[in-house]
Amino acid sequence: MRLTDTLRFARDAALGTPLRTALSVLAMSIGVAAVVILTALGDGARRYVVGQFSSIGTNLVIVLPGRSGTGGFNPANAITSTPRDLTIDDAASLRRLPTVRRVAPLAVGNSEIAYGGKLREAMVAGSTAEFIPIRNFVLAQGQALPEEDWNRGSSVVIIGAKIRDEIFGAESALGKLVRIGDRRLRVIGVLKPTGQGLGMNTDELVIVPVSLAQAMFNSNTLFRILVEANSREAIPGAKAQALDTLKQRHRGEEDVTVITQDAILATFDRLLGALTLGVAGIAAISLAVAGILVMNVMLVAVTQRTGEIGLLKALGASGRSIRLAFLAEAAMLSAVGALVGYLLGQLGAFGLRQAFPVFPAYPPDWAVIAGLSTALATGLLFGVMPARRAASLDPVQALMKH
Amino acid sequence: MALIELSAIERRFLLGDTTVNALAGLNLHIDSGEYVAVMGPSGSGKSTLLNLLGLLDRPNAGTYRLEGRDVTTLSPDEQATVRSTRIGFVFQSFHLVPRLTAAENIALPMMLAGIAPAERQRRVARALSDFGLDNRADHKPDQLSGGQRQRVAIARATIMQPALILADEPTGNLDRHTGEDVVNLLEALNGQGVTLIVVTHDPSLGARAGRQLVMEDGRLKSDSASA
Ligand SMILES: Nc1ncnc2c1ncn2[C@@H]1O[C@H](COP(=O)(O)OP(=O)(O)OP(=O)(O)O)[C@@H](O)[C@H]1O
Ligand SMILES: [Mg+2]
Repeated sequence: MRLTDTLRFARDAALGTPLRTALSVLAMSIGVAAVVILTALGDGARRYVVGQFSSIGTNLVIVLPGRSGTGGFNPANAITSTPRDLTIDDAASLRRLPTVRRVAPLAVGNSEIAYGGKLREAMVAGSTAEFIPIRNFVLAQGQALPEEDWNRGSSVVIIGAKIRDEIFGAESALGKLVRIGDRRLRVIGVLKPTGQGLGMNTDELVIVPVSLAQAMFNSNTLFRILVEANSREAIPGAKAQALDTLKQRHRGEEDVTVITQDAILATFDRLLGALTLGVAGIAAISLAVAGILVMNVMLVAVTQRTGEIGLLKALGASGRSIRLAFLAEAAMLSAVGALVGYLLGQLGAFGLRQAFPVFPAYPPDWAVIAGLSTALATGLLFGVMPARRAASLDPVQALMKH
Repeated sequence: MALIELSAIERRFLLGDTTVNALAGLNLHIDSGEYVAVMGPSGSGKSTLLNLLGLLDRPNAGTYRLEGRDVTTLSPDEQATVRSTRIGFVFQSFHLVPRLTAAENIALPMMLAGIAPAERQRRVARALSDFGLDNRADHKPDQLSGGQRQRVAIARATIMQPALILADEPTGNLDRHTGEDVVNLLEALNGQGVTLIVVTHDPSLGARAGRQLVMEDGRLKSDSASA
């Protein structure tokens, strides 16, 4: 029997029982659509989180005061007094490292901002000129903090978008004097609105020179030192050098923790990647169920068409021809089901993206390929048994069932 | 020349604890081009004999030579090839595939044999006109009368130009008049040299054959050729 004839014969046979065919196609398509949509969700979550983390900055190395618990018990640390704080000079010392492009010290606290009788709470970030480029913040108006001696900050402030709106309303903010805590500062810049994200919400933030913030909060310590490495490859070197430099400055004591954005990102990437794989696996179970359904449909088809199979044998069909015809039918059911399911899944993912624009719900290629090939493979695999049964029917017995 | 040679054929069926000897010690010799009617009471083994001759069934013992070749030892696929090229079946209940048109039903043996579509079309067109089915080519079996269905079935049985046509009560589901037409068609085929073996319960129909076999309990009770 020719291949085109086998395919046409199988197609006509499948179309001969439209309801049964439609049901098994539907089952298969639901399975594939589930794989596509669930992996789109999982991978979308991964991309969303990774994207949010990346937006914090590029090639970031972050220095925290104090030793993290992961270093194990160190007797040297145990006898010494509380760990040394991070200072502005610590931050400044990192600027000389060859692997480092930018450094920004960061001191934070809460205060209130007042102008023209209006008053509100604000989060104060004390930093330097390079804070804004390191964190990928964007200015809507004005300019960044001036390049100056980090220990002698000028009386200037950059304010977040929401604060600008609430304090100044329609008035222009640039050049105005506002009161923050007990100081009068000149507004030199306004940040672009960012909205809610995983990173810091800058809309209610005010940025002042770091020395000013320390004076405001009456402390000389830093909350963090943000370091931007020269490149992605330079991150490990920057981390080691920063740790080394600070250890020397702190008399050989390793009393800071250095984390890299890369490491955090990789962790999330792995975690959410595993999650996607997990949901894909769960969805694949529905594919196996669909495969079993195709098998049942084909077994029913063999039973219903027993007389026809007997006839085909009487007319000289080889066992191989009959096997192939039934296998082709099963393959068609699952192929069409897989295709329909793929389209449904892409449609569903598209719907998700329309409903949640921030959420990049694209099914990953590997999931689409795996879903489609699992559908085809199960369809064929579960089609083998009915096809063999059809081919092995006794022609005389089969002919009597008409 | 001998088309069919059966010697010491046994065919037994197990029904629970009892064995039914559907065919017992059967010896038969049929020449090419003969017209043979097989008769006998119900259960005498007529259909069993026909299935055996058509290679749909195997004997428990004995040998069957078709055109001089021992076909009982062939593999199932070799037997399928013999059925495809040498044997045509006509059944009492027509056995047409309901979802295929008359033309497609006639073409089915050629499709199974892998004959090219153009050749198929040519032969089907001729068969349709030969059997008076010209304007029924695209009809499904349920849109045909009983006589037309059986004509489609005969066209299908002859489309591969077999040496042997086996018909098991071909007129059993037809009224007298259409049955007569169908028998005329089969006899015309025999006139062209095809060996024809017909199982029938109808004595007048059996009498038209050149040779009558009467069966009883799986044995040949009488054979007009050796009488
Ligand atoms: N598959 C089978 N299993 C068991 N017994 C069978 C089988 N096929 C035939 N027989 C038995 O073999 C015997 C011959 O059957 P067969 O069908 O050849 O009779 P027949 O002459 O064609 O009868 P009818 O005129 O009713 O068609 C019967 O006794 C029948 O019961
Ligand atoms: Mg019978």
